Amino acid sequence: MSEIRLMKGNEAIAEAAIRAGVDGYFGYPITPQSEILEYLMMERPEERTGMVVLQAESEIAAINMVYGAAGTGKKVMTSSSSPGISLKLEGISYIAGAELPCLIVNVVRGGPGLGTIQPSQADYFQATKGGGHGDYNLIVLAPASVQEMADFVELGFELAFKYRNPCMILSDGLIGQMMEKVEFHEQKERTKDFDQSWATTGKTKDRERNIITSLNLDPELQYEHNLKLQEKYKRMKEDVMFETFNTEDAEFLLVAYGSSARICQKAVDVARSRGQKLGLLRPQTLFPFPEEAIAKLSKRVKGILAVELSAGQMVDDVKLAVNGRIPVHHFGTPGGKIHSPDDVLKAIDEKLLGGF
Amino acid sequence: MDINEIIKPENLVFKRTELMTDKTLSYCPGCGHGTAHHLIMEVVEELGIQADTIGVAPVGCSVLAYEFMDIDMTQAAHGRAPAVATGIKRLWPDKYVFTYQGDGDLAAIGTAETIHACNRGENIIIFFVNNGIYGMTGGQMAPTTLEGMRSSTSPYGRDLASMGHPIKMTELIAQLPGTVYVTRQAVHKAANVRKTKKAIHKAFEVAKEKKGLAFVEIVSNCNSGWKMTPVDSNIWMEENMFPFYPLGDIKVDGKIVKDLMSDLM
Ligand SMILES: Cc1ncc(C[n+]2csc(CCOP(=O)(O)OP(=O)(O)O)c2C)c(N)n1
Repeated sequence: MSEIRLMKGNEAIAEAAIRAGVDGYFGYPITPQSEILEYLMMERPEERTGMVVLQAESEIAAINMVYGAAGTGKKVMTSSSSPGISLKLEGISYIAGAELPCLIVNVVRGGPGLGTIQPSQADYFQATKGGGHGDYNLIVLAPASVQEMADFVELGFELAFKYRNPCMILSDGLIGQMMEKVEFHEQKERTKDFDQSWATTGKTKDRERNIITSLNLDPELQYEHNLKLQEKYKRMKEDVMFETFNTEDAEFLLVAYGSSARICQKAVDVARSRGQKLGLLRPQTLFPFPEEAIAKLSKRVKGILAVELSAGQMVDDVKLAVNGRIPVHHFGTPGGKIHSPDDVLKAIDEKLLGGF
Repeated sequence: MDINEIIKPENLVFKRTELMTDKTLSYCPGCGHGTAHHLIMEVVEELGIQADTIGVAPVGCSVLAYEFMDIDMTQAAHGRAPAVATGIKRLWPDKYVFTYQGDGDLAAIGTAETIHACNRGENIIIFFVNNGIYGMTGGQMAPTTLEGMRSSTSPYGRDLASMGHPIKMTELIAQLPGTVYVTRQAVHKAANVRKTKKAIHKAFEVAKEKKGLAFVEIVSNCNSGWKMTPVDSNIWMEENMFPFYPLGDIKVDGKIVKDLMSDLM
């Protein structure tokens, strides 16, 4: 039975994980995402579904537990916030190299360094450009509501297993901490007949041993492996997801994701009430990035403003998609401060409309 | 007597385990890693648990252990093997899960993962091959390098004042309630090989009972890293490594069976 609850985004992720039939969660406390681990511990998922939940000694240990556990072919996940994700990057690179499916949640806070516990979108580069060492990419989902925090857990695993690739939910302290109505799907059984053809399930006489590794000392083989990975990342384009608001007749376009997109939606409403033809494109997947949709729109609109809770990161991808066709501006608030719809409207007047 | 009369099943005293692949070992001639691999695989074969055993290879000379051991394995990042094994074991509570790690891997970069897996009492086995040096990267100083011992990063010998002390990881983790069986062995002589094999058997028994972690240290030579012949390195090991890293059981059935204080001096 589906069920409607009032919940924090972090709690919604945890509840959705249990309901999605996730097999294991390994985490380490850090604000603003600790509710995920706390909620899971409180819920006793080992009794509800048999799901394993463990508090590790560090984010490094947690991601390596995920690496080992993901290698068994089961559904496993971890969550953290920016400083913790930095620690996890070594493990994430190994997971990407070994082509293991898993889910990693980053409830981003302001940085650099220990920074602040307030919301930020300054981990965009880290999430979408690989982040750790080597040529790799994560599938990156950007929820903009508590409902999407819940829905993207299942979607994340679906994509992770489709491509045998780690998937990241790139959220932030705003979506993680705010409470909203959220509808949950009914409880799914944990998968028993998962694909074991590549996983460490114990070598039986009738098959070759399964090895989980990212090591290929032979550069020729490593080269081939890299080409295969790149080909996989290209294929991911077919799963690009985005939403548009008022773009049909828009003369100017905002591009924003996650919490910033919610603020932009309000700004679009206000601008429309003033007769300004403003639209919004909200990427739901940041990798793959909706570059084709943005390129198409760039042929119809006069200018684009990328709005982020950062000093300017996603704007680079927007510029690449637009390829110089029209002006692309950036408005961002770094460091854990949140811009208001009025701030965005002011930036639209100054940067977008001012020049025309 | 014709040789073919001798080659009969009933006369068989030793057979190469079938659980080692045909791949040529990548270890230097004289190194203890190969013997340690064989012993673990012999025990897995004797217990008939190939299909129930998952190993975790470290970063170090034994990074390619999965090329040689004919079981499902995961290759871990440097030092993270106990965390990787924890993840596997938690999702496969009925499988045997072991790590195989060198001293740099286990006692330097992976100290936290080692201590916490031991402290949680994960029902895994840790095989710890202590050769007092970083073999794979060309003989740099390890956390277990002895006082005065030369390495490429302690070319004048390990100076305790500036480089710190060699760490007795095995004595350290024996004091944690999560460890059940803790022992230190060697594989350079037939008698030691037999004792080590017994210890490995015991470790798998402990894992079966799921009462906590079993930890088997194997003090080994690194003739290349120590820049000695294999024979000389074994003599040097007996004369220098064993006094500091004494062989024998440290903890059995959850009880410390050795005076750790005198040992830690
Ligand atoms: C994060 C990281 N740091 C450093 C290295 C380089 N490295 C590879 S093996 C090794 C030391 C291994 O020594 P030990 O664990 O004692 O094993 P041995 O090779 O002696 O068997 C180092 C430092 C690495 N691969 N990864």
